[in-house]
Amino acid sequence: MDSFSSVQLMYLLKGVGWTLVLSLISFALGSVAGFAVMLARVSVHKPVRVITSAYIQVIQGIPLLVLLFIVYFGVGIFGINVAPLVASAIALMVHVSAFLGEIWRGSVQAIEKTQWEASECLGLSRWQSLILVIIPQALRMSLPPSVGYLVQVIKLTSLASVVGFVELTRAGQIINNSLFQPFLVFVLVGAFYFVLCYPLSLWSRAMERKLNVGNR
Amino acid sequence: MSAIVNVRDVHKKFGENEVLRGVSFEIERGQVVAIIGQSGSGKSTALRCMDHLETINSGSISVCGHELGTGTVNLRELRKDVGIVFQSYNLFPHLTVRQNIMLALKHVRKLTREECNRKAQYVLEKVGLAEKADSYPEQLSGGQQQRVAIARSLAMEPKVMLFDEVTSALDPQLTGEVLRVIEDLAKGGMTMVLVTHEMSFARRIADKVIYMYQGMVWETGGPEILTNPQTRELQQFIGTGL
Amino acid sequence: MQYDFNFAGLLPYWHTFLEGALLTLELTLASTVFGLAIGIFCSIGSRSRYRWVNRACAVYVETIRNTPFLVQIFIFYFGLSSIGLQMPAAVAAVIAMVINVGAYSSEIIRAGMDAIPKGQIEAAECLGLSRPRIYLHVIMLPAFEKVYPAITSQFILMMLMSSITSQISTEELTAVANNVQSETFLSLESYIVVAALYLLLAVVLRLLFWLTEQLLFRRKRVIAQAQRRSAAMGNAAARKRNAVSRKLPAVTIRG
Repeated sequence: MDSFSSVQLMYLLKGVGWTLVLSLISFALGSVAGFAVMLARVSVHKPVRVITSAYIQVIQGIPLLVLLFIVYFGVGIFGINVAPLVASAIALMVHVSAFLGEIWRGSVQAIEKTQWEASECLGLSRWQSLILVIIPQALRMSLPPSVGYLVQVIKLTSLASVVGFVELTRAGQIINNSLFQPFLVFVLVGAFYFVLCYPLSLWSRAMERKLNVGNR
Repeated sequence: MSAIVNVRDVHKKFGENEVLRGVSFEIERGQVVAIIGQSGSGKSTALRCMDHLETINSGSISVCGHELGTGTVNLRELRKDVGIVFQSYNLFPHLTVRQNIMLALKHVRKLTREECNRKAQYVLEKVGLAEKADSYPEQLSGGQQQRVAIARSLAMEPKVMLFDEVTSALDPQLTGEVLRVIEDLAKGGMTMVLVTHEMSFARRIADKVIYMYQGMVWETGGPEILTNPQTRELQQFIGTGL
Repeated sequence: MQYDFNFAGLLPYWHTFLEGALLTLELTLASTVFGLAIGIFCSIGSRSRYRWVNRACAVYVETIRNTPFLVQIFIFYFGLSSIGLQMPAAVAAVIAMVINVGAYSSEIIRAGMDAIPKGQIEAAECLGLSRPRIYLHVIMLPAFEKVYPAITSQFILMMLMSSITSQISTEELTAVANNVQSETFLSLESYIVVAALYLLLAVVLRLLFWLTEQLLFRRKRVIAQAQRRSAAMGNAAARKRNAVSRKLPAVTIRG
């Protein structure tokens, strides 16, 4: 039985790096997809709205772990041996798109109807109103919950360990399998997550306070 | 039809509630028309129908040659000809005063940047706020914001301008500056329709006054009906000073 | 590429799936009850005047909210057993879920309590009510009613999170999928069936929470709603009569 030394610490830090990589990839991809989801949810065509709503209900209603398995095995049947990182990124992208899409839809719908009226009465089309007037305002409003959701994404990347991707949690498991000191190892792993997440949580809350004070 | 606005037997319901019950009137080019009445008489609804912010159930509205019946309307063309100023100004908070005015000029009228700038400068000077061009709406008083809203509408060179109780949300000392701007526009020959509670102002600048009651045009005429009301309801209305 | 879905191959396992679903439901309900209790205590504690109490609650809440649930159950299950505390996986799962959902519930309830207008508390004080009674009737019960949707959503999220306990060998629904697919090699079908079952469980839970809400709060609200509806109908009838005789209406019409 080895003892915990700088070798293990380095291994954990490498895991932290991969956690960050997966988090940022998933958040970026999920943002793009989430933006499309948001646009579909506020579309003037009812079928588009209904289908998107169903998509959101389903994705939000199943555990990420199950979604991860579906993606992992689903892609596998096409014969492609998908790397754990890719499967995790895809599953997270789908998951994030549903949640971020709803967060952003909430922000867009929170912009008062009078702003729509004002811009449409100036002759701007619905698209122009959305892009030039509504979304810039909604963006500011959606920043605190979006950053808050980034925290959630960082925590969710821990599930990638289950399909074998060596991020922080998996690194901890591997170390623990040789050291057999689960308490020490996983508390340390938890501490690393805390260091990543807590500043973002604080920032999100600070932004929210500033936003509420700034408003009339 | 020389009338630039022609409202014929318009009916409008909100759910079970009939708000407009056969409203008819005409507005000539260059006329200043004041629509007065109690809250709930339908005056704001009638105004909003003229810019297709509300749809009508029956009857017809013709504004600058656009037919606003129950069929489809080319909203973009309509809104180039009709400008509206709201009670709550509705300026875009994320843009400066100048940018607020230039936004539609650039994207609807498709003017170049210099043309937009020149127009914005012109209308801001007209409402007396040229020095505030680079301020944000939240830095201005209510009266100033409302004048910017008027400038924003005016910059689009509408043929008709609608004013929906534009001084009702302002403190009394701020209404004066807004009314002065409106009076200037009237003197300049703009066709205007004002829904207002400012009786003395209406008496001074209006060519025609329409008194609405329970969703109908109850009494109409020149400004003299405000000093010499014919119907009992208008007498009561003026009497209470509402 | 063609893939022939073979859901029929899962039919002999319907009993196993059902058991897994039932365990998931039991885990969720147990952690709902105890998690709510912790949430209530912690929300009161985080508003306490004593600094060490609200500091302790804050530390608890922030730690849980900024670390992944998977790591929490590893610390709990493997960590505790390494210092001699052995327990069945399901028990460890429930305790970990309780600790987790307790932190989130506490935040939700606290936000609800903070949103109670100061004026109501002042009014209660001026009526001479004692502090504990004010806390209960003016702060806690109204706050709970207001945050009920948010809290029940949190519990449904917790049900989805229970899938993670499959990693410490709790035989809930996701673990069942793992087992079935390793036997039948029908991986995609197993997980799709399980996904559908989670959606169904969410519907069941929502129904249960809705019924509870009807029992707990709605009595008063239903009465008030009925009164409003009959008043509106009376007014509408009066308006129709008055329109013909051109009198002033009883209720002002929206203009």
